[in-house]
Amino acid sequence: MRRQEEGSRAVAEAVALCRPEVISAYPISPQTHIVEHLSDMVRTGEIDPCEYLMVESEFAAMSAAIGASAAGSRAYTATASQGLLYMVEALYNASGLGLPIVMTLANRAIGAPINIWNDHSDSMSQRDSGWIQLYAETNQEALDMHIQAFRIAEEVSLPVMVCMDGFILTHAYEEVDIPEQAEVDSLLPRFEPRQLLDPAEPVTIGAMVGPEAFFEVKYLAHAKQMQAMDLIPEVAAEFEQAFGRLSGGLLRTYRTDDAETIVVALGSVLGTIEEAVDELRDEGVRIGALSLKSFRPFPLDEVREALGDAERVVVLEKALAVGIGGIVSANVRTALSGIRLHGYTVIAGLGGRSITKESLRRLFEAAGRDELKPLNFLDLKEEIVERELARVHAGRGSGPHEENILQDIGVVAAEPH
Amino acid sequence: MTAAELLSVAAFEEGRHAHAFPTFGSERTGAPVTSFCRIDESPIRSREPISAPDALIVQDPTLLHQVDLFAGLGDDGYVLINSSRSFDELGLGEFAGRFRPERLLTVPATEIAREHLGRPLPNTVLLGGFSSLTGAVSIESVAKAIRDKFGGPVADANVVAAENAHEYVQRERAEAAAHA
Repeated sequence: MRRQEEGSRAVAEAVALCRPEVISAYPISPQTHIVEHLSDMVRTGEIDPCEYLMVESEFAAMSAAIGASAAGSRAYTATASQGLLYMVEALYNASGLGLPIVMTLANRAIGAPINIWNDHSDSMSQRDSGWIQLYAETNQEALDMHIQAFRIAEEVSLPVMVCMDGFILTHAYEEVDIPEQAEVDSLLPRFEPRQLLDPAEPVTIGAMVGPEAFFEVKYLAHAKQMQAMDLIPEVAAEFEQAFGRLSGGLLRTYRTDDAETIVVALGSVLGTIEEAVDELRDEGVRIGALSLKSFRPFPLDEVREALGDAERVVVLEKALAVGIGGIVSANVRTALSGIRLHGYTVIAGLGGRSITKESLRRLFEAAGRDELKPLNFLDLKEEIVERELARVHAGRGSGPHEENILQDIGVVAAEPH
Repeated sequence: MTAAELLSVAAFEEGRHAHAFPTFGSERTGAPVTSFCRIDESPIRSREPISAPDALIVQDPTLLHQVDLFAGLGDDGYVLINSSRSFDELGLGEFAGRFRPERLLTVPATEIAREHLGRPLPNTVLLGGFSSLTGAVSIESVAKAIRDKFGGPVADANVVAAENAHEYVQRERAEAAAHA
């Protein structure tokens, strides 16, 4: 049914339609509305049978999900930012043990300085944790990806993280089509675990493995992600057949045929990028965009095929690998091995800094003239940085950066940005 | 945020595309919050905050002299301020000259809310006034959105309050037109 709905509630309803049997979560902005709504639906019996565990931390949330999944239950959790970092050790256990848990990540910056707004620092920090990572562009896609995520997770027996931009998606009201239970049931069969803790037939899950076999077990995790690379587009195609809309998959291209410049990005920023691309196309600029929907597994061949004929690639990313720059762009570079083209990394939107069409237009025009540096920072207020560097150079005891900068720009508390 | 949400639902009820989203500051009651709503005939892709609005609703007039609320608003823009005072009394007389007088109105939304809801919650009241001021959504759609969000007597009271504000602004517009 089509509805004007908040992203968080839409996702919660999609998760409910997937018939989770155990939900364990700890609230954190901007994920809170999702788990609040789910806990309500468990309380009222809308999701039944299901146990909602209000745990004492994110570490406990993931640990409970691991236990539930190993016992044969369809398990779900959600978190963001510091919450994800707090569950890191358990994240690796979930993937290492091959437990098909689905988690929503409401993407948010990582402190310090503490910041509740959106960027991709949290999910990017766990890109190599062994989880499949999918990135939603819209709330419709976030909703659809959750249904696909359970199917993918359970078929390859790996956990899946569905990343949706915090606030920008989670708190936005937009039109969504929420499927019927029977439609979801036909795409998502009952969970049949590959491994099961059963007192009647005891097994060990998570045995210690020495040098004689660790490598092989680890390699299998990679092999399973490579299987997921085939499965993700298959499930997206099946989904399209059933629901009549394209959601998920490995990647999506926009006006890339004959494009000299292609912009690569993940998540909700694609909408604004497409607006800028359309304007430039109207002016005769040959530009297109590529939305990476699956970051793990990373679709090397598909990215290579989509970008290989371009003259330049601009990778716009919402995370900064301090000391080197881009994360996504390094992966894109791997896909383009041996191909000569200009590659630009643009760090944008950190801590909720708005990414505007106007700034994107200027950026893409500069890219077209090959005036970008290898590493660029979109709308970074350089004069503020310069002034703080001057204070630092003036002597020891210059104090905390964040406090100095807030005083410098005259902000005593967070305001519209 | 509730006002932007309800406005987007009202537009959706009319078969149009709408997108409402907030910017959040510190999470405390009373902190300044900006919310945005885009309404269009075609699907909305942009996710950037609105910097050049067609219309502006000011829920809290005490912000008028703290933040430049009118930045980006064109001369043909609509402004609806929650106040029982006029633009002159708010110290905005000079500023108001830039705009078309029939598009620049105040409505005592907090007072209307107190009267009908018993609490100073001006969201739905302002939407009723906004519906009259801009015609962007009908008062019937605003009422539908309110009933979608709230239930029972709360919905009824909010609908009456919104209709009340709608009539109030209709009268104001008629007066502005008579003086023009």
